[in-house]
Amino acid sequence: MDFDLSEEQQLLKDSIERLLAAHYDFEARKRYAATPEGFSREMWARYAELGLLGLPFEEKYGGFGGGPVETMIVMEAFGQALVLEPYLATVVLSGGLVQRGADEALKADVLPRIAEGRLFLAFAHAERQARYDLANVAATARKDGSAWVVSGEKSLVLHGDSADRLIVSARTAGGPRDRGGIGLFLVDARAPGVLRRGYRTQDGLRAAEVALQDVRVEPQGVIGDPEGGLPLIERAVETAIAALCAEAVGAMGAMHAQTVEYLKTRKQFGVPIGSFQTLQHRAVDMFVALEQARSMAMFAAMMAQEDDAAERARAVSAAKVQIGRSGKFVGQQAIQLHGGVGMTMELKVGHYFKRVTMIDLMFGDADHHLSKLAEAGGLIAA
Amino acid sequence: MDLRFTEEEKAFRQEVRAFFHTALPANIRRKMEEGRSLAKEDIVTWQRILNAKGWAVPAWPKEYGGTGWSPMKQYIFLDEMQQAPAPQPLQFGVNMVGPVIYTFGSEAQKQRFLPRIRNLDDWWCQGFSEPGAGSDLAALKTSAKRDGDHYVVNGQKTWTTLAQYADWIFCLVRTDPAAKKQEGISFLLIDMKSPGITVRPIQTFDGGREINEVFFDDVRVPVENLVGQENKGWDYAKFLLGNERVGIARVGVSKQRIRRIRELAALETDGGRPLIENPRFREKLAAVEVELKALEMTQLRVVAAEGKRERGKPDPASSILKLKGSEIQQATTELLLEVIGPYALPYQPEPEEGWNEPPIGPDYAGPIAPLYFNWRKTSIYGGSNEIQKNIIAKAILGL
Ligand SMILES: Cc1cc2nc3c(=O)[nH]c(=O)nc-3n(C[C@H](O)[C@H](O)[C@H](O)COP(=O)(O)OP(=O)(O)OC[C@H]3O[C@@H](n4cnc5c(N)ncnc54)[C@H](O)[C@@H]3O)c2cc1C
Repeated sequence: MDFDLSEEQQLLKDSIERLLAAHYDFEARKRYAATPEGFSREMWARYAELGLLGLPFEEKYGGFGGGPVETMIVMEAFGQALVLEPYLATVVLSGGLVQRGADEALKADVLPRIAEGRLFLAFAHAERQARYDLANVAATARKDGSAWVVSGEKSLVLHGDSADRLIVSARTAGGPRDRGGIGLFLVDARAPGVLRRGYRTQDGLRAAEVALQDVRVEPQGVIGDPEGGLPLIERAVETAIAALCAEAVGAMGAMHAQTVEYLKTRKQFGVPIGSFQTLQHRAVDMFVALEQARSMAMFAAMMAQEDDAAERARAVSAAKVQIGRSGKFVGQQAIQLHGGVGMTMELKVGHYFKRVTMIDLMFGDADHHLSKLAEAGGLIAA
Repeated sequence: MDLRFTEEEKAFRQEVRAFFHTALPANIRRKMEEGRSLAKEDIVTWQRILNAKGWAVPAWPKEYGGTGWSPMKQYIFLDEMQQAPAPQPLQFGVNMVGPVIYTFGSEAQKQRFLPRIRNLDDWWCQGFSEPGAGSDLAALKTSAKRDGDHYVVNGQKTWTTLAQYADWIFCLVRTDPAAKKQEGISFLLIDMKSPGITVRPIQTFDGGREINEVFFDDVRVPVENLVGQENKGWDYAKFLLGNERVGIARVGVSKQRIRRIRELAALETDGGRPLIENPRFREKLAAVEVELKALEMTQLRVVAAEGKRERGKPDPASSILKLKGSEIQQATTELLLEVIGPYALPYQPEPEEGWNEPPIGPDYAGPIAPLYFNWRKTSIYGGSNEIQKNIIAKAILGL
């Protein structure tokens, strides 16, 4: 077992952190967030230059063949800087679906352009009634000759408003909650019949509601087995959860560091408030929660590569539970220990807290994954 | 010991409930139920309805417009008002400066201010905290120097809730810089229209606009606006903060929130069934209800003892009410957040912020994440929960 980063991994980490230190302070982030798209295309080009946008793809598609550890490194740095760009939507989720599910031609068409920063994708999967159930898909795809015709309403599509193309899940067979009968279709986001309504999210990112009416998809645009898309979706979501865990750890680490710094500098009663033992212990509890979360983010990264689907799912759920709980505790206490100033929009801490709160509610909150894990028999083998 | 309400108290509860049922304007009730923020007019409208009924300031002595109700009846009134759910009367006038004025103020101050507080003709705000004086309130620096029949005030207050609406601010100011820090403080009433006052808004991280900074630059305040004696302001402030803590438990608010959680959890589906049928969720909700019932009983113990205490001397147990009250309120906002789950994500600000789009997801989701974020304040203000624990350790446990 080796917890140390390899030389290349350390290089990757250093270069991302350097890039973000130069271009992603809190003021810069505010500017990026205030644009209509809610992020910086310039930063996106810089990520492409650094090779981040093709990181998980094979070399023949312009990628670097990186694994979950590389994604973890990127996402943790993104969490620290509260990055707004659609990395999760385009590279991790959509790129992941294409890489694992699409045929050669589609991969060769899509992946290099993602890697070069020329194509934005979003995964249009969730629906109003689905909550956290990935198999709950009511949108439909019916066959019309060799093509498919997709209709339905997709909700909470991360960065769906700026995407060039959408990967839409739709039901090709079966009932609304069946595991079988779900297909994945690559749709031009500006095609006739696609209606998008973009909005800001609580954490300052963007999402969209997407309505599709009789949108034609040629056979080349089908990703994987049109009746067997769910395992692909589950896998992509697990990878995304592992990535989000790392992002949350980045955000938590920053919140914790800022809080400790504040305890050292803020004075009340003539002394730094960090001299009060109760606050010292609170900062320690936050630290413990952070390190437990970090460990589980590493566990999730490692297990995201696991081939046994059941084991992989259990591990990812366990990590999501820990991240949700640690994120809530660290976030709430970071605000609390800052007192009044912690409640302000001007301080970064509140923004981290909003981000970790939203991460908990994405792809299943801590309780959802706890139930899932318990039903699957827990983690420790009998 | 008899823990039942008397027949008279039960009848009283029915009476106030019926009144709230008919008198509370529907649009205000809706905003309250949905957890939206209220406009100034909402709070004014409601206060005037209460005042017309003679119920604006139940806790005040009868001669100043109080009802003469027993502490238990006052509690029942508050409980029903919170469950209605109706807006809490503006604390800064009714529960803070009003009692200070009728207890320590001059006859002229009583005549001038008390009727206008009852009818919310004057909107008051609280100028205690400063950038360098939060938990350590006595470290405040805003100064007031005597100049003929005026004080000249210089300095800065911060976190001043709803100062943007305020006609008046009551301030703790330093009148004797040489004295020990608690002994050089005075309690001044300052007209917000005075030249030299600047209000600068501070946005909270949920997007809300309720707090402000207030700057004083050579603000001239007539000496007649000093409350009580010069340099005795700290005593009045302690009296005021004791009153604040009782109101802060908000048991009725949490009861109403729990009903709301149940209602919304019946509308959201989880794994094909209503979320409210999920045993894990139900147990979490029940656990909060147990905590709340315990808090209510503790509150009732404090209320029952109140009639027997020396007037104006708050029970140190009121720190328990603040502590648990804020934790329980925060727990209810966490459960609300959990109910709407993924639909916490869209940022759907209030129409006043210029957002008039149809709702994304269920129409009840919009205000919930901001409510959860905003409610973190309840363990910070009114004496943070850490400070409450210090008080309990010292005053009750003798540590
Ligand atoms: C939304 C909001 C509205 C407010 N409205 C008003 C208002 O209208 N008028 C007004 O005057 N004030 C108002 N306040 C101010 C509020 O009373 C102060 O924020 C509070 O007293 C804490 O002070 P501080 O913010 O300076 O934090 P600090 O005192 O700096 O505290 C920072 C942290 O240190 C902890 N701490 C401090 N001292 C100790 C100690 N001795 N032992 C252990 N822990 C300690 C605190 O609990 C907190 O966690 C408001 C605050 C908020 C958030």
